[in-house]
Amino acid sequence: MGASQTRSDHEHQHLTDKTGFSLEQIKNLHKRFQQLSGNEETISKEDLDRIPALANNPIKKQIIGAFFDKRNQHQDEVGSCDEIGFEQFLMVMSHFRPPTLKTTDEEKEAMRKEKLRFLFNMHDTDNDGTITLEEYRKVVEELLSKSGAIGQEAAKAIADAAMLEVASTNVPHMAPDDFYEGITFEHFEQILKGLEMESRMHIRFLDVDTTTMRCGKSTS
Amino acid sequence: MDLHFFRRAGGLLLVFTLLSLLHGSRGEVPTRPISAVTILPPVKPDDGPQAFPNADKANLPVFTMDYPRIQIPFEITLWVLLASFAKIGFHVYHKITIWVPESCLLISIGLIVGGIMFSVHEEPPAVLSSNVFFLYMLPPIVLWFAVVGTLWNSIGIGMSLFAICQIEAFGVQDINLQENLLFATIISAVDPVAVLSVFEDVSVNEQLYIVVFGECLFNDAVTVVLYNMFNFVAEMPVVEPVDVFLGVARFFVVGLGGMGFGVLFGFVAAFTTRFTSRVREIEPLFIFMYSYLAYLVAELFAISSIMAIVTCALTMKYYVEENVSQRSCTTIRHVVKMLGSISETLIFFFLGVVTITTEHEWNWGYILFTLLFAFIWRGLGVLVLTQIINPFRTIPFNMKDQFGLAYGGLRGAISFALVFTLPDNIGRKQLFVTATIAIILFTVFLQGISIRPLIEYINVRRTNRNLDTINVEVHCRLMEHTIAGIEDLCGQWSHFYWKDKFMKFNNRILRRILIRDNRAESSIVALYKKLELQNAMEILDTVTGDISAAPSIVSLYRGNKFKAADLKNMHDILSKNMYKIRQRTVAFTGKHALPNDSQTKEILIRRHASIRRSLRPGSFQTTVVPKSHKYFSLPAGKSLDSKFPPGRLSYTDDQETMSEVAYPSSRSRFQQPARSSSRAMMPLRRLDTLQEAPSVDTLNENTGRTERGMSRTKSSSSDSRVPAPRRHLPPSIDNEGSSVDNLRNGQHEVEEEEQPSSPPPAWVAEPRDNAAQNPLLRRPQWNPKKM
Repeated sequence: MGASQTRSDHEHQHLTDKTGFSLEQIKNLHKRFQQLSGNEETISKEDLDRIPALANNPIKKQIIGAFFDKRNQHQDEVGSCDEIGFEQFLMVMSHFRPPTLKTTDEEKEAMRKEKLRFLFNMHDTDNDGTITLEEYRKVVEELLSKSGAIGQEAAKAIADAAMLEVASTNVPHMAPDDFYEGITFEHFEQILKGLEMESRMHIRFLDVDTTTMRCGKSTS
Repeated sequence: MDLHFFRRAGGLLLVFTLLSLLHGSRGEVPTRPISAVTILPPVKPDDGPQAFPNADKANLPVFTMDYPRIQIPFEITLWVLLASFAKIGFHVYHKITIWVPESCLLISIGLIVGGIMFSVHEEPPAVLSSNVFFLYMLPPIVLWFAVVGTLWNSIGIGMSLFAICQIEAFGVQDINLQENLLFATIISAVDPVAVLSVFEDVSVNEQLYIVVFGECLFNDAVTVVLYNMFNFVAEMPVVEPVDVFLGVARFFVVGLGGMGFGVLFGFVAAFTTRFTSRVREIEPLFIFMYSYLAYLVAELFAISSIMAIVTCALTMKYYVEENVSQRSCTTIRHVVKMLGSISETLIFFFLGVVTITTEHEWNWGYILFTLLFAFIWRGLGVLVLTQIINPFRTIPFNMKDQFGLAYGGLRGAISFALVFTLPDNIGRKQLFVTATIAIILFTVFLQGISIRPLIEYINVRRTNRNLDTINVEVHCRLMEHTIAGIEDLCGQWSHFYWKDKFMKFNNRILRRILIRDNRAESSIVALYKKLELQNAMEILDTVTGDISAAPSIVSLYRGNKFKAADLKNMHDILSKNMYKIRQRTVAFTGKHALPNDSQTKEILIRRHASIRRSLRPGSFQTTVVPKSHKYFSLPAGKSLDSKFPPGRLSYTDDQETMSEVAYPSSRSRFQQPARSSSRAMMPLRRLDTLQEAPSVDTLNENTGRTERGMSRTKSSSSDSRVPAPRRHLPPSIDNEGSSVDNLRNGQHEVEEEEQPSSPPPAWVAEPRDNAAQNPLLRRPQWNPKKM
């Protein structure tokens, strides 16, 4: 036990540098990881699917997909994996770290870009670097799927209007024969310029040990 | 943040003032108003006119006057009018109001009037007895203050002043500690009116705004408690620790009790409005009565009435807004703004008047030190408090924010009222009164005037208000769900979790009970509809504008891509005339302006109306329209699309609100199949199903039309126009078709795009889902009489 303890500590240390979490936080997340994976080394999609609280989330698929998306690993790969290990788990989580008092402005910019990138990847399921109308529609549909009897029509309309917004904001002067292919990352950034992402899109990862929730079948 | 709404909703009825004074409950009848309004005494020396005098006594008076009968309400009305005239006067010269806050101006006018009155030895109307103030006038002006800040300020100032009092040179040694604390409490009460309006004009960042706002909100609880406590204590010879403890406990009772009452009354109001669908006219009455009731009941229990009324308004806004009709909403908004405006005006006005007409006791040392300490302690307070909370905030307050906070501590009406209610057994009451007035004048004039340039100079972080776009909304939701999901995933909860839980609770239980027609509506959809609505209304508004911009058909390839030219055209038209989807801000532009969408909302039912624009890729087809196909008019009866498939920008007209006037005629139109006018009119499907009538791109076409937008009472026209050829269609085309229709219908229609509901198969490349119900705007049943 002692040996594995120090080994995992080492690993965790290495991870703190990589992801920016503190040792405490990593330990907690590791516990959670074990819980989710049933004490194995990797998590698969089914493991995450089983979390009961996620069932009500309208964009559950996208969230789960984000974990298995290689692009979120900051390693310039594309595609998705079937299973992820703890390190990848942490990498994805690190997108949600809050800024602290000490983060400089450049770091904040970088964080913001990261978070935007994360959202962008959630939209862009075919990895081609742009969000097309179809993809956007899909997301909007999912978002609205749980909030009452809104049908596909509405979702389509909204997605369309949103695309138009993006288009008109970003490329007001297109040549007559251009197509507006889809939202690129720059455009994406542009339209969400006003949104203070750094302050809104984060989770306070707790340092102290909290009782974690049961997640269905997997036992701790 | 609809703070103005609920600020005003907290506004109370000045009418009550009128009513109460009508019965002479409190005010002493002034002998005369200002000499300018001297009224002749009644003609007959005996009281009152004699309607039926004895024939043998005197001749029948043809013309009599009975002034005492109407004296009180008359004078009040005159005062109100006078103050309002002053207000009009300020705005005539617009530049003044930018630099000088209104409070200053009103006080100045009050001073002038007071001077006049003083010189003719008149009494100011006794409207200002403190009970009147608290019961009737104060509610409209909601004050806020942070708990600790007030405490800090009060105690700090009190202590310092007490220390000063020890110095013999100032001759105020007879003021003991308790009285000093009492006085300090009074002058700690901050009046945000001027500050908030400046902040808004300058668009400071939201955090700052919220803090000042919230500070004032909670201030009341603290001020009231402290005041009463010190008042009580000032009369006691000895203070014991248990009293202090009780004071703290009392604070919680006051604050939380206030909020509790407010929420309670809010719920009751919401519940009541659930059943008011048949008595729409009195809906505003419920709102006002419940708010006022909340206030009074809170006063009954001596808990924070201002907090009660504000929380009541907040709760009501959320639930009641869905239950009441459009017109009621508008009415409420108008009335609240009006009342708030009146009260504010009057209070500052009276401040000026009273300043001159009361006896003052001036003591240089005391007053100057009061001023000094007020500044110092506020600055220190802000500094210390921000240091404490900054580590917990993701966006810490920087020095500029803090400066804004500190400098924004203007005193105003509350202090004014409180000082007048001081019991007379406090020896130096006059001194206190004088000092308070001095502080108020000083802060309002100096700080009020200088805060704006200062804020702009130091460049406080601004807010970006233009967030009312669909994309932003969608992504906000996306973020929230993502975060909630990730939190669930890692089993750690933070505020999103609670928010989520609360929303679930809200949807499942509260809304079912309190809202009549409970269909949970996604905020994205709501925003979308709102935007569409606004755009539609803009079209109405700008109908006489250059609608004659280039119409063209927007078409998309089937490949679901936007063609640039179409986009460009769309964009041109949109930005020029009608649609401005992005950058919509529904900002309250100022105290004197109603929100932009007020007109919008006047016309249409919020929830169920919108004009939807959807771009259906499938429905667009490239229209290769050679120039020769430019039609100047269509042969009657033909539809344009028979010639070529049009691409369109589809609009769904889902407006269902039609006034009774519009209804019958529109109805009849609906029954008609394709009109035989030059435009192929696509009939709308029965209006009441809000279908998505496949929209036709009418935008472009209709540019030439000269119809006036529908009158305000009418809404949707279900005028469907067929998209014309892709390139520019000269305006004349439309004229023909539309005028025919117009004439026929005898009403003007909105040019918006309406949809043909059952498009001829020829050109609707749209998928059949066109015909699908658009639940987006489904309406239970279409009732023409519904407002």
